[in-house]
Amino acid sequence: MKFSLSWLKYYLETDATIEQVADCLNRIGLEVEGIENPADKLAGFRVAKVLTAAPHPQADKLQVLTVDSGDGNPLQVVCGAPNARAGLVGVFGVEGATVPANGMVLKKTAIRGVESNGMMCSVAELELGDDHDGIIELPADAPVGMAFAEYADANDPVIDVAITPNRQDCMGVMGIARDLAAAGLGTFKPVEVPTIEGSNPCPTEIRTDDPEGCPAFYGRVIRGVKNGPSPDWMQARLKAAGQRSISALVDCTNYLMLACGRPAHAYDLAQLNGAVVARRAKDGEMVTALNGKEYPLTSEMTVIADESGVHDIAGIMGGEHSGCSDDTTDVLLEIAYFTPERIARTGQALSLTSDARSRFERGVDPAFLDDGLALLTDLIVQTCGGEPSEVIRAGHPPLLGFEVAADWTVTVPTWRRDVDGWADLVEEVVRIVGLDNVVSTPLPRADGVAKPTATPQQSLERKVRRAAAARGLNEAINWSFLPQKEADAFGGGIWSLDNPISEDMKVMRPSLLPGLLSAAQRNMDRGASSVRLFEIGRRYLADSERLTCGIVLAGEKAPRSWAMGKAAKFDAYDAKAEVLALLAAAGVATDGLMVMGEAGDHYHPGQSATLRMGPKNILAAFGTLHPATAKAFDLDGTIIAAEIFLDAIPAKKGAGFMRPAFTPPALQAVTRDFAFLVPDTLAAGDLVRAIRGCDKDNIVAVRLFDRFAGQGVPEGQVSLAIEVALQPSDKSYTDEELKAISDRVVTTASKQGATLRG
Amino acid sequence: MSDIATLQNQILTAIDAADTPDALEAVRIDALGKQGSVSALLKSLGQMSPEERQQQGPVINGLREAVTNGIAAKKAALENAILNQRLATERLDMTLPAPDGPRGTVHPVSQVMDELAEIFADMGFAVAEGPEIEDDWHNFSALNIPETHPARAMHDTFYFPDQMAQDGKKMLLRTHTSPVQIRTMTSQEPPIRIIAPGRVYRSDSDATHTPMFHQIEGLVIDKGIHLGHLKWTLETFLKAFFERDDVVLRLRPSYFPFTEPSVEVDVGYSVVKGKRVIGGSEGWMEVLGSGMVHRKVIEACGLDPDIWQGFAFGTGVDRLAMLKYGMDDLRAFFDGDNRWLQHYGFNALDVPTLSGGVGA
Repeated sequence: MKFSLSWLKYYLETDATIEQVADCLNRIGLEVEGIENPADKLAGFRVAKVLTAAPHPQADKLQVLTVDSGDGNPLQVVCGAPNARAGLVGVFGVEGATVPANGMVLKKTAIRGVESNGMMCSVAELELGDDHDGIIELPADAPVGMAFAEYADANDPVIDVAITPNRQDCMGVMGIARDLAAAGLGTFKPVEVPTIEGSNPCPTEIRTDDPEGCPAFYGRVIRGVKNGPSPDWMQARLKAAGQRSISALVDCTNYLMLACGRPAHAYDLAQLNGAVVARRAKDGEMVTALNGKEYPLTSEMTVIADESGVHDIAGIMGGEHSGCSDDTTDVLLEIAYFTPERIARTGQALSLTSDARSRFERGVDPAFLDDGLALLTDLIVQTCGGEPSEVIRAGHPPLLGFEVAADWTVTVPTWRRDVDGWADLVEEVVRIVGLDNVVSTPLPRADGVAKPTATPQQSLERKVRRAAAARGLNEAINWSFLPQKEADAFGGGIWSLDNPISEDMKVMRPSLLPGLLSAAQRNMDRGASSVRLFEIGRRYLADSERLTCGIVLAGEKAPRSWAMGKAAKFDAYDAKAEVLALLAAAGVATDGLMVMGEAGDHYHPGQSATLRMGPKNILAAFGTLHPATAKAFDLDGTIIAAEIFLDAIPAKKGAGFMRPAFTPPALQAVTRDFAFLVPDTLAAGDLVRAIRGCDKDNIVAVRLFDRFAGQGVPEGQVSLAIEVALQPSDKSYTDEELKAISDRVVTTASKQGATLRG
Repeated sequence: MSDIATLQNQILTAIDAADTPDALEAVRIDALGKQGSVSALLKSLGQMSPEERQQQGPVINGLREAVTNGIAAKKAALENAILNQRLATERLDMTLPAPDGPRGTVHPVSQVMDELAEIFADMGFAVAEGPEIEDDWHNFSALNIPETHPARAMHDTFYFPDQMAQDGKKMLLRTHTSPVQIRTMTSQEPPIRIIAPGRVYRSDSDATHTPMFHQIEGLVIDKGIHLGHLKWTLETFLKAFFERDDVVLRLRPSYFPFTEPSVEVDVGYSVVKGKRVIGGSEGWMEVLGSGMVHRKVIEACGLDPDIWQGFAFGTGVDRLAMLKYGMDDLRAFFDGDNRWLQHYGFNALDVPTLSGGVGA
């Protein structure tokens, strides 16, 4: 909420400076969001007199003026305003001043060959109004040389405060003044409420047929008003508050709202037909509001209507049809109490916000109906004339005020929705006494050194993150939501937002890859040659949110170099290496994992796999991205991707810190090499696994170290070379023993379709 | 000069003159080979009378030793010369670039979350988590924000369609980490000290707001907890986080439906080289919302507010990172720009510890 310091001081007698006011507002919970002084913008503009005016030698529409800006040193100024003439007193911008309307800094310049020093200004250039027709004309006795800000009384800072939802009392300048006075900043000067007796009965019937949504509806008619611009003082206060001046009648209702936090409405009586009633709207009824938009109404909403139809969405916005215009001569004033819940629901349903709604839904003071109506009537009669009728009071406002019994039991009024118990009373005391006076008190500390707090899942996440960074990957954080199309391409998202901020942020991601791929694409577009990204976050499935680590590798694995020649590219084995390393970092015994298929349709069908702990529990999927998927993300070349499903990693059983004893074998291991011819469809991993299992007493490691196809190897076959490490236990192997083991290896391999190469 | 002395001179001269291993080997064979001159002398010892042998033995053996040593020394010198020659041909240009390993990084948000976990662990706070797809009871109602409360409008909430409702509750993306308070209080017995970091969502997007960001929530529920404890906790945490003793806090009354009284916390900054640096009190920046947990919230979680009290606070993790490490655009946090990650990201080994300092 914005207001000028002078308006505040209308209700608050104080010598406090603007800084002191702002400090106090902050201290009592009315957060100052900004302070702006209109005088700051007018620095460098002075009252000045045009001494002479002569035609510009080069241009018909320009004149060359000499201007006295009060320093006894008249300046030559080129001016294009038609009303510029000798003797005119106006506003002059000196060299170095900044024109508020366009930010231009004035400097000495030549206009069509004639020197010009500064500028005579229009109302529009100083942002004082919309008038572009010529330069400002001040009264002839305006003191030449005076700073214009001073002359125009512009030195009036505007304060912008944020009002929290519980402070309905501070939705008007008067309420803020009351709160500042309570905090000791000055003396509160409440506005005097005039007594206005109507001279005749109110000619229009007023009633409420919806006591639940509108418990009270007061009103009166004023006949014979003359609408037009509102007085300057009112316009100045409204403008400072950010409220555009519309017409005197409308300005008066806005003024009451901003001054007292009390919304009201003025109808053009000529546009009304019969009784004016607060009632529920009918389903399907329509109204065109003052903002020009048409709103469909439901029976859940309260409206003000006459016999012809709806004129007002109660407490939120008036209707276009019955609003006041320049021709209005008779007005009906409405001051009502609307139930906050009804206003909130109606506003939410229509997605319509207004100053009135924000006040009614916080809850306005129900004791202020008569006073508010009297103040509004007075404002209108003072500015527009007219003759007020008597007041009609339909319904009753809710019960008022706290009731304090003799034993200090306090009964809280129903409308004070923010007051729930003694904590509220404490809050009020703390607020006014000051939080600065609360003494810091250490929390009691448990004995000894702080205990570890991370859960197993959190420890695992931290290890994987730092392992990935240590391996040269960069951690990104991507949006949790995706476009529908991307979610569909990665298994489909269950959670689709009803009100996304855009269609690109609609579906909760079922996979971390789309976000990483988009990030990779942005990097490539910025000219990155190599992208190594990972993210640890959740994927959102129907039943739960699951911790996942996604990886994308794109571009060059290593740049071209003098030693290696051409740039190296990533391949699917890089994904496998990352996945295995990160799983190992997470504490998984990777030796026992099974490499299987079904990585997903977004992967290359021949260059992807899953790693499983047992046939069903998939710990990771990885491989080369399907070229069609890469293309959908505008990515060129081979893209490598992987996802580690951290939620699928079984929790480690707590086994204490003790490690098994270290028992190195007494004898050295020996190795034997085997070369097999196998069909090229055979998975090498199966062969290795079979060999490792064929003699568990002796074989401690099996490693494939060569794979060859081509010359010397029959079509459809490959040669695989495998190193088998054998560990003797208490004595060295004899030749017979070695031969027996070799035979076992060869036999096992042959069951896999492998034949020993001769 | 005896014959033996002459022979020794000859052989040593020949050794000296040998300039290749082959030449040296020829000298060795001439002297020490089966037919060699020294070998012949050694053999002649067998035919001598004991007296002769006693006299000639040491002389001949001395000859053998001198020759052997001379050959060994020469051999080492020759081999050394050859090695030096080879090494001279094996020179590498050590100014050539070595292979470059990629440099990985940890995202500032993750780093700051680790820092916060470390600081709060020392104060006895565990780390709690909760779902990001929440129901409106946990996100609003249980936090004393009824359906028509204006505070719901302050949170620009992302909703899921009605048909996704679970147990009759509307589903949404949590607008704050505060529902974790409710989940903790309903699932564990007090006393409670937790922090809850995580992603939160609001339908808001401009230079300083993104539709997704990170918050961290703190909650203490115990007997006899008061506003002074809250003030101390926030002061202690911020001093530890910024690793400065001149952190000054300014507490302002505010309003959150789930705390009463509610307090907004500003932290003082000073301007160093045009940048705002935490510490001092040249100006104030809002960093935290907090307050004493509302009785209704404690009741909603099935606890008796006349026995259990506590405080809660919440702050933006991204914002803390920006204040500490100097980023000025929130949107860049979620862009995945390699250059930004390299610039603001952290080394894998920058693990925050109390002994090493939590900042990096």
